[in-house]
Amino acid sequence: MADKPRIKLPKEAAKGEVIQIKTLVSHVMESGQRKDAQGKTVPRKIINKFACEFNGKPVFSCALEPAISANPYIQFDAKVDEAGTFKFSWTDDDGTVITAEEKVALKA
Amino acid sequence: MKAINRRQAFALGGGFVMLTLMPMAADAEVTNDAAKWIEKFTGGKTPAKGKISLDLPEIAENGNTVPLSINIESPMTADSYVKDVMILADGNPNAGVATLSFTPLSGKAEASIRIRLATTQNVVAIAKMSDGSLFTEQKTVKVTIGGCGG
Repeated sequence: MADKPRIKLPKEAAKGEVIQIKTLVSHVMESGQRKDAQGKTVPRKIINKFACEFNGKPVFSCALEPAISANPYIQFDAKVDEAGTFKFSWTDDDGTVITAEEKVALKA
Repeated sequence: MKAINRRQAFALGGGFVMLTLMPMAADAEVTNDAAKWIEKFTGGKTPAKGKISLDLPEIAENGNTVPLSINIESPMTADSYVKDVMILADGNPNAGVATLSFTPLSGKAEASIRIRLATTQNVVAIAKMSDGSLFTEQKTVKVTIGGCGG
């Protein structure tokens, strides 16, 4: 849980280039369907929202359901028109938000 | 109690057969609230076929992590882009899988995620464009080991 999310994206991009971003965050994504050894249902605990912003503008987001695998991997694209910072956030059912940032420069 | 005649006995027996067969028949059909999700997303409109390419393995050995890639044909400009894409699995305990929201800044309407599938079933994607038009695509995935419960 305390693991840093892993994010892979190019360090620099040409103006207007569409880059691919890969993200992976460690999380059990407990579906709320499983039962423990005593037959009690394990309460649901998942990341229900992922969002990515670039310089404050929304790029991509998704609402996640229990049908997302553990350690959710999300890959998407983003268009880079200027140098700036990508901000990523993963929101847990219990309200905690895991955040990360990555900078992208423009190719000279 | 009134004795039952032959005809009634048949009717009763038939009823039992129906009862025992019904849960089995339901397994092959949509077993969850997928229709409700679709209704909510589309607002009752029927989505057209096409534009979406949905990439999933034909046979998933492990239903716990099934790779899913989706790509929607769109110029992704401020005037015309893919807004939301809903992904559903019609044989899971809950139909919802994910709802992806793109913006013109996404550049491409393309994403990959890994999903859980409880059993062999259809995975459905419905895309909503910025002009309100709807497109759909579905794929059947055979699952050897289910990914829910366990």
